[in-house]
Amino acid sequence: MSTLIVDAVEAPTQSSISDLEAGPPGSFVVTLIIRRFIPEIDEEPRWQDFDVRVLPTDRILDALHKIKWEQDGSLTFRRSCAHGICGSDAMRINGRNRLACKTLIKDLDPTQPIYVEAIKGLPLEKDLIVDMEPFFESYRQIQPFLQASGNPVRERTQSVAARERFDDTTKCILCAACTSSCPVFWTDGQYFGPAAIVNAHRFIFDDRDEAAKVRLDILNDKEGVWRCRTTFNCSEACPRGIEVTKAIQEVKQAVLRGHA
Amino acid sequence: MSLKSTDLPAPAPARKLRPTRTAGRFSLPKRPAGTVYRGGEGMWSWVLHRITGVAIYFFLLVHILDTALVRVSPEAYNAVINTYKNPIMGLGELGLVAAIGFHALNGIRIILIDFWSVGTRNQRLMFWIVIALWAVLMLGFAPRHLMHVFGGE
Ligand code: HEM
Ligand code: SF4
Ligand code: FES
Repeated sequence: MSTLIVDAVEAPTQSSISDLEAGPPGSFVVTLIIRRFIPEIDEEPRWQDFDVRVLPTDRILDALHKIKWEQDGSLTFRRSCAHGICGSDAMRINGRNRLACKTLIKDLDPTQPIYVEAIKGLPLEKDLIVDMEPFFESYRQIQPFLQASGNPVRERTQSVAARERFDDTTKCILCAACTSSCPVFWTDGQYFGPAAIVNAHRFIFDDRDEAAKVRLDILNDKEGVWRCRTTFNCSEACPRGIEVTKAIQEVKQAVLRGHA
Repeated sequence: MSLKSTDLPAPAPARKLRPTRTAGRFSLPKRPAGTVYRGGEGMWSWVLHRITGVAIYFFLLVHILDTALVRVSPEAYNAVINTYKNPIMGLGELGLVAAIGFHALNGIRIILIDFWSVGTRNQRLMFWIVIALWAVLMLGFAPRHLMHVFGGE
């Protein structure tokens, strides 16, 4: 009986070892160094190494799955869609904010260990998960919804050119890669942050919306657009390729003008 | 009050994570503070801009004080200014010119990012133009200045 139990416990470990030794053609072993933090047992975050067999076309998310499923089930991270749509899995990978589900192993340097840690500036909850509430609170404050008067019986039409004006900022998936890449946000958690400004931009420059002035007022604050120091970290981090800094600059100029 | 995952009681007794043979290389905290963000030209130009800005501020503070000494007595002013005429101060002056040169040129870059419609798209190029102009400036200034400092006239 006891041998059976031992076998059951040993089995997963052995399978992950043989998995490391051989694997699909073209696969190789890469080391991930993950910044762990389990509040129940850790006082401080710590770095932990994992060796994973991957294909060059695997994503960091696949490597994290392999670790969680085959090596250490306590590894904690968020993901939902796994296809760059839901914005759940922004994390700092090799020193830059990215989506784990959109970062291919081959686009990093797999001969070196790959560092993975939670995004910075939001309260760390566990491993790669932060408390997003302050981020969403800033988002809610800029009133991210259409405000238009009247009771139209049909849809509100808009010219192609008018739609084009804010097209870039409609693409945001609220992943927080931008806001948590911003040095100003790291040191001043009160700053609205790039994502809130991007989503304000989306409505400020929408000609169907009538509350542009309200949002410009909200952002003409000491913690608003003027905190931006144009470091461009947000623009480089955005997985949707939004020109974040450009949007912020456009909102700054709209504040100066007093209208969109 | 909603319950957060961190509100759950700690498992008792504190369960040790069983390091597996493949995974268990627990590293001591090498860099527990996390990695340095690998920002691009934009981030580093901002870091330099702030460092040079603060450095210039403190220089200016001292400079206003020593210049104000003229009002106290020209002799005291001369005495203080003479203490600046040594190699360490000479190198300091070189650093000051380097800092002001970068801060001024990059300041123009930031103004263009703020007010030129395609400024944000060209910020990277403008950064390297700033560095090139700064290098030319320093190549013109540094040799002459160092000759004065170390050449004794
Ligand atoms: C030589 C002409 C100068 C130009 C063209 C210039 C330009 C600028 C600009 C455009 C900014 C805004 C930076 C931003 O938005 O991120 C700035 C910031 C700053 N400047 Fe200057 N500046 C000059 C001289 C000075 C001097 C003489 C001092 C010191 C007394 C100084 C200290 C600072 C400081 C401390 C900052 C704040 C840096 C930051 O917020 O990151 N600057 N400068
Ligand atoms: S602007 Fe880009 S980086 Fe920022 S939250 Fe939206 S999608 Fe993420
Ligand atoms: S898991 Fe949905 S964006 Fe990556």
